[in-house]
Amino acid sequence: MTADLDQLEAQSIYILREAYNRIDKLGMLWSIGKDSNVVLWLARKAFFGRVPFPVMQLDTEMELPEVYEFRDWATKEWDLDLKIELCPPESEMDPTLPPNTRAAARKTVGLRNLLEKGGYQGVIVGIRRDEQATRAKERIFSPRTLDGAWDIKDQPAEFWDHYKTRFAEGTHVRIHPLLAWTEMDIWRYTQRENIPVVPLYFARNGKRYRSLGEKNITFPVDSTASTIEEIIAELAVTKVSERAGRSMDNESEDSFERLRTTGYM
Amino acid sequence: MNAVSPQFAAEVAAADQVAAARQLRIVIVGHVDHGKSTLIGRLLNDTGSLPEGKVEQVAETSRKRGMEFEWAFVMDALQAERDQGITIDTTQIHFKTAQRPYVIIDAPGHTEFLKNMVTGAASAEAALLMVDVREGALEQSRRHAYLLHLLGVKQVAVVVNKMDAVDYNAFKFDGVAGQITRYLAGLGITPTAIIPVSARDGQNIATRATETDWYDGPTVVEALDAFRPESSPTDQPLRFPIQDVYKWSDDRILAGRIESGRLKVGDTLSFAPGGAQATITSIQAWNAKELPTEAHAGQSIGITLNKRIFAERGHIAYHAETAPRLVHRLTVRLFWLSSTPLTVGKSLTLKLTTAEHRVTVEAINSVVNIEDLSNGAAKEVGRNDIAEVVLRTRSPVAIDRAEDLARTGRGVLLDGYDVMGGFIALELADNAVANLYEVNHTVTPGERFAANGHRGGVIWLTGLSGSGKSTLAMGLERALFQRGRQVYALDGDSLRMGLNAGLGFSAEDRTENIRRMAEVAKLFADAGMIVIASLISPLRADRAAARAINGDRFHEVFVAADLSVCESRDPKGLYKKARAGEIKEFTGISAPYEAPERAELTIDTGKLGEQEALAQLLAYVERAMIEENGFDAVI
Repeated sequence: MTADLDQLEAQSIYILREAYNRIDKLGMLWSIGKDSNVVLWLARKAFFGRVPFPVMQLDTEMELPEVYEFRDWATKEWDLDLKIELCPPESEMDPTLPPNTRAAARKTVGLRNLLEKGGYQGVIVGIRRDEQATRAKERIFSPRTLDGAWDIKDQPAEFWDHYKTRFAEGTHVRIHPLLAWTEMDIWRYTQRENIPVVPLYFARNGKRYRSLGEKNITFPVDSTASTIEEIIAELAVTKVSERAGRSMDNESEDSFERLRTTGYM
Repeated sequence: MNAVSPQFAAEVAAADQVAAARQLRIVIVGHVDHGKSTLIGRLLNDTGSLPEGKVEQVAETSRKRGMEFEWAFVMDALQAERDQGITIDTTQIHFKTAQRPYVIIDAPGHTEFLKNMVTGAASAEAALLMVDVREGALEQSRRHAYLLHLLGVKQVAVVVNKMDAVDYNAFKFDGVAGQITRYLAGLGITPTAIIPVSARDGQNIATRATETDWYDGPTVVEALDAFRPESSPTDQPLRFPIQDVYKWSDDRILAGRIESGRLKVGDTLSFAPGGAQATITSIQAWNAKELPTEAHAGQSIGITLNKRIFAERGHIAYHAETAPRLVHRLTVRLFWLSSTPLTVGKSLTLKLTTAEHRVTVEAINSVVNIEDLSNGAAKEVGRNDIAEVVLRTRSPVAIDRAEDLARTGRGVLLDGYDVMGGFIALELADNAVANLYEVNHTVTPGERFAANGHRGGVIWLTGLSGSGKSTLAMGLERALFQRGRQVYALDGDSLRMGLNAGLGFSAEDRTENIRRMAEVAKLFADAGMIVIASLISPLRADRAAARAINGDRFHEVFVAADLSVCESRDPKGLYKKARAGEIKEFTGISAPYEAPERAELTIDTGKLGEQEALAQLLAYVERAMIEENGFDAVI
């Protein structure tokens, strides 16, 4: 039913406009995946055709080639102010993290560098509550210390669409316009709005990517869904979790939580 | 999808239908340890909504911690929660019944985490209130029920848990059910169902318990499916708060979300505060086949207007016939989340949709006793208290009573960086002046009057050179200033050094000089000031033009003194030069002075001493600017 998507869309537009109005130095993280593409689309709706803030890619140089291809095409096509931040090598990461989690941590450090360099006070991130249990704990406007730490035990009260938009010096805020969306909503909206996506989401030879990540730590899942319609049909009955192909989530009971409290998306 | 079996296709079709039905947001609240997380784990499992492998993972986690199988571990995803055995934050997870998808918000019962409960519950459309049958409605359950009421969650079903611990005893259930029904009635809530369950054993969750054959009400899943989705208040009066103004191109787009009601192209909107009006010329949209012509509550939109009015973030658009109230004083019911108590005299920031106002706590009328809902007097509002409080603002707040329009009748209170509490508006003081005049300023003349204690106006001193205009002007400026008035003496010579530097002394230039002086005086008067303009302004026509520019606010004061008196004073030696022919067209000597016929005041400085003259003038000005029948808003 479209009313549901309309409601999600209106809410996300409200959040994006709130962020743009309240946060002086604002940027958006663009993973080039289906979710952040939806955020870009919503931004163009919110701001009547333009994306009035820079979009930032944390590049580990390990994305799949189709992802880079899509990035370059969309940057031009959608007239984006793209900023690419190369992430530091894995050897510089916390050695106590499990290996794949360590690989993912590169983005945490890349993000920290990007925020420091650009002096950003707010970053829009396209995460969703239904993706992963830790993300379910998130606020829409989620404050961080400058080094990215997230105090999950003491988050601001957030109700009636009043978000925390004032901060002490040295902190920044993550803005999560898609928090209320589900994977199904993303695909139904992508279908309804005809939003271009990286072709890796569609099945080839019985496999497709349900979630895009670096090629060394992300794997395709079994699927025959080769169109959006088929993906939607598949999601309606699947019991495999979306991030099943993301190895860093599942290395230890709390590996993803450890990533997130130190600043992962 | 290739070659699917008919059975699979049917399953897909059914699942698709559920996914397409509108999702309902529910919250599960109640006292800590009354089994909320366990209920959620059960709901997920019994409706087949758990991802593959989750049950095994929970079994493994439970085993590692040396516990029996613990459903709560499904929810308590965080390490910290598992270690402490309590839920810290609201977690939102999704599940489906055969009828529709749900998102459930687990609101922590622990007192310390009330702000998390509020955060979760505020977005819910319906609630399950958990009560342990052995303990009944304890303090936290009562407080949660009250907060549901304040947060506007109207649909509540009560889940009486741990029935297995009382051997499914109907009598014990009835006792608790009666107690909770009476309490909710005190809040104006009628529960949609009161359900005896065992969350741990899955009794009356998705399937009917055989042990409760004395109960014929719904199971939890049936009660959920009976909730109605919340609909946007499209049929109520229009409230469109401005969130931002975009000037990407020549269009000036007012962006925001319609909180209630509807609007369409061609509608005339009024904007509070200020009451400026304009007509909607378009509803903007990107990537639309054609632009919409109407919009309704819940939509985030952008509009353009037929004229440029002063409208910015925090202003609220409405239809003139259904205006919000505009008040400086409001009585609210609030819940307070801060560990620093709220006291009388405290200053806070009030946020209502996108508007922010500084407010001061004028009075604490009462604090609610959560045990029996009675209201008691109190000196302060402590953490997690619910109280009735009177707030006063300096700037007028456009607001509705919560019972009239929920979304523009509630807001939050901030202290420094943080939200400290939420409120709903109960009563709005009567000193409201909404929507009576059309001005482009949001700061109205009435407000300036209220802030300054006097109106703005122009005291125009006319008379011969040497009649004492400047002396009177400066004396009056000093006297008014010392009385705390907003005052400024505007001097003809000063203007000639700047704004009027290009003007000479021809008849034409003199007329222009006076016109400009009158216009400048008007701006000062608009700004709420008392302007004292002193200049010879010898011609009636010029003074009439100055009066026309300033309207009722123009006060002509004739500083009368005989030519002989003025000439004998001759403070600048001008008469001497004029008599010697060194100055052409000198008023009174070689050019006419047309004395006023109907001046508001005439002061004969030839007869009065300097102090007497000033006292007379001051008395007139005080009367005209301050005392005269207060202020009527239509100026």
